[in-house]
Amino acid sequence: MSTIIETVGLTRRFTVREGLRRRVLTAVDELSVRIEPGEAVGYIGANGAGKSTTIKMLTGILVPTSGTVTTCGLRPVADRRRIARQVGVVFGQRSQLWWDLPLRESFRILAAIHALPGDVERARTAELVERLDMAEFLTVPVRQLSLGQRMRAEIAAALLHAPRLIILDEPTIGLDVLSKQRLREFLVEQRRSHGTTLLLTTHDMGDVERLCDRVLVIDHGRLVYDGDLAGLARASGAERVLAVVLAEPTPDLTDIPGARHLASEIRGLRQRLAFDAQASTAAQVFAAVAQRAEVLDFTVEEPDIEDVVRRIYARGPQYHL
Amino acid sequence: MVEVPAGKDIWRWGGEAHLPVRGDLRARLRPYRVVLASRARSQTAYRANFALDLVSSLLAAVVELAEIWVLFHAVTRLGGLEFQQMLLVFGLADLAFSLADLTFGHCDELSDYLRAGTLDVFYLRPQPLLLQLVTCDISLRRLARASVGVGALGAGLAVNDIAWGASSVALVVVALVSGVAMFAALFVWAAGAQFFLIDGAEMTNAVTYGGRYAATQPASVWSRPVRAVFGFAVPMAFTGFLPTLRLLGLPGPAWFPTWLGWCGPLAALWVWGMALLSWRWGVRHYRSGGG
Amino acid sequence: MAEPGVGFGPRATARVYWRLLRAGFRRQSAYRAAMLGGLAANTAFGLLKVAVLFATVRAAGGEVAGYDVGQMNAYIWISQGLLGALNLNGRSEMATRVKDGSVVVDFLRPLDVQAAEITIEVGRALFALISRAIPMLAIGAAIGMALPASAAAFPLGALSIVLGIVLSVASAYLVGVAGFWLVETRGIQICYMVMSGFLAGMFVPVALFPPFLRILAQATPFPAMMMYPVDVLGGHTDVAGMCGRLAAQVAWLAGIAALGQVLTRAGRRHLEVQGG
Repeated sequence: MSTIIETVGLTRRFTVREGLRRRVLTAVDELSVRIEPGEAVGYIGANGAGKSTTIKMLTGILVPTSGTVTTCGLRPVADRRRIARQVGVVFGQRSQLWWDLPLRESFRILAAIHALPGDVERARTAELVERLDMAEFLTVPVRQLSLGQRMRAEIAAALLHAPRLIILDEPTIGLDVLSKQRLREFLVEQRRSHGTTLLLTTHDMGDVERLCDRVLVIDHGRLVYDGDLAGLARASGAERVLAVVLAEPTPDLTDIPGARHLASEIRGLRQRLAFDAQASTAAQVFAAVAQRAEVLDFTVEEPDIEDVVRRIYARGPQYHL
Repeated sequence: MVEVPAGKDIWRWGGEAHLPVRGDLRARLRPYRVVLASRARSQTAYRANFALDLVSSLLAAVVELAEIWVLFHAVTRLGGLEFQQMLLVFGLADLAFSLADLTFGHCDELSDYLRAGTLDVFYLRPQPLLLQLVTCDISLRRLARASVGVGALGAGLAVNDIAWGASSVALVVVALVSGVAMFAALFVWAAGAQFFLIDGAEMTNAVTYGGRYAATQPASVWSRPVRAVFGFAVPMAFTGFLPTLRLLGLPGPAWFPTWLGWCGPLAALWVWGMALLSWRWGVRHYRSGGG
Repeated sequence: MAEPGVGFGPRATARVYWRLLRAGFRRQSAYRAAMLGGLAANTAFGLLKVAVLFATVRAAGGEVAGYDVGQMNAYIWISQGLLGALNLNGRSEMATRVKDGSVVVDFLRPLDVQAAEITIEVGRALFALISRAIPMLAIGAAIGMALPASAAAFPLGALSIVLGIVLSVASAYLVGVAGFWLVETRGIQICYMVMSGFLAGMFVPVALFPPFLRILAQATPFPAMMMYPVDVLGGHTDVAGMCGRLAAQVAWLAGIAALGQVLTRAGRRHLEVQGG
């Protein structure tokens, strides 16, 4: 199958008016990316880095200032309506459901909008309802749904017409741990069984880790990293943190090989050690700690995505690819 | 368990395979019909609310008629017309406005849609944007408003001395249809302008609701600048006043010869031209990041 | 508007309300595009009113219900200028706050809820008055607006306008607090909006109404919001008439403010009983 998304030198500038002065802001700067069918791509960057602008150009909502973009082999602005049949989009902040109607009714309308034949509509709705566990709130007006329920409903709505590409803008923001996990499992399954291409923007490293095999990092509109997640952690030099709860008060563990002591609490009963994800493994650090004191409990904290991105940014654009 | 139709992969991307063929209008209109039917059902679901909506909408139209009636309480003729003749002007113009308001009135909420991101969602659906906007809602409560227009028009047709024939019937129909089209176009024009104006609803209301107010006046009282604006630029005189002159065979004032009463369709074309241009510019502005 | 600023001295109380008034004024000044839009709308409607009402005066032989062309002109442009400042639509921030429950927070503040709400709204109205009335009066003056015969009309007119604005805000507040007992106040608000404009004399002066309608109008507070200030400032009445209209405004305001106070307290009790 052909490439799903291809951009060449994609650029978008905005003119911002500040009082009487005008300033030109480059939201997306010379972005060149290819995404093949079946890929799962995390698109990450700070707020205002240009993620939403890119998505809007991919779907024909915004016209690029320069460069070219093709989505599913089509030009987004000229072929918007044909692209709409092949792409599903979930915007975290804007709902595609009808707020005052029962959820079931929204699905019915969307099926009519995409001209789905009756048997296909029924079978797909039934399957999505089952897999996303929506049966209990199918007759509830959308405005009364919880955030987690609504997000599941939004994703089902975006998948009803069996798009080849699904774009998710912050799909897990604000969700509790359990809802996040279920949503991720669903998306993994969706991709595995239907080959749906995933493009998601997120602030949540867990999303990227569990869903994506490729990461794009964008900074001030420029692509600063394109590769897998391990490479990203390597490239950034971001540290993981081992937090341990010890059986007895212990002096600060400052001399664990490959790790750096961060903090101690309650006379050394709790300690936090940072280690370079590349140089050491959590097991090595844990083993070293366990030789020094009895460990009652421990957790490994993954590098915060903001931190990773900040580090990538700090290294500047020479890290380009 | 999910029941899968035999011999069919329900998730195979259908693309455009199951799209209705070109000539099948019924199937092509189905998406719009389903949305509208659903909107109508949800509005009438809460009977008490809907009843109150109907009452307030009826009251609004009655008050507008009362504004004219009060003037004729003070004088017998205004701009050369008596009250019973004014009933015709009001009936034609207000009925046309009500029907356009019923179907296109929500277009002036576009600024809310822009803020809530509803328009971006329209972009993600495979229908033309303007058609989606127009058919995304319908305000059934405005049927109550239309009933006042029907009443006024019926009374006007009954009490006035009209030479009935094929041509007078045709004139009433042509006037109503082009009147609805003109007001509908005003709503679309205003929607296009909303792309440029933040909080601009009041400015565009000057055109839509100001247009309605102008349409229910005897255009003969207007000064020249007002005649230029509401007679021709935004040709409101073509909705009620000019067809009434023609229907009653009355002489027209300066700039408004009686035969213009037949020119509603031309006026409607003109307003639709402006409306589509405004919409096109608006969408282009939005797409280039100004929205 | 009794019991302002519970627990403050009079100076501190005055300062609090002065700040609220300024906050409202500033908030309104942020909407420049809306103001320009409002001006365009007011002017368009004004010119249409000129057309039809001048024709009425001429058809009646130069005077109708005590209005000649100059006075009709004054009526049109003063009323158009007041439109932006008056709340004739019955909408209020209070209605939203009652509906979404955030009014509970207001009750925790050491301020009288009704007085604070009205003060902010009046602040907004004053900005709208300044930005909208001056251009309208300029148009009126250019066309040939009648001036009042007595100089007393100016101070009395200014007072009357302020009373009309406060009255309109206080009445809209009543629609809002009705939400303590009603699930949906939108129906009331729309009926209020439809009736208030007509009965306040927005399209036709109340004096032109047939007698039964005039009596009906005067049985409501609406003419006191717009028609009376216009009468006082537009030279349509003598000094005694001006004082009579001012007295009527004060009486309406006292009644409506008292009713608002009673409803606010009852609403608060209602919330406490219902547990929010």
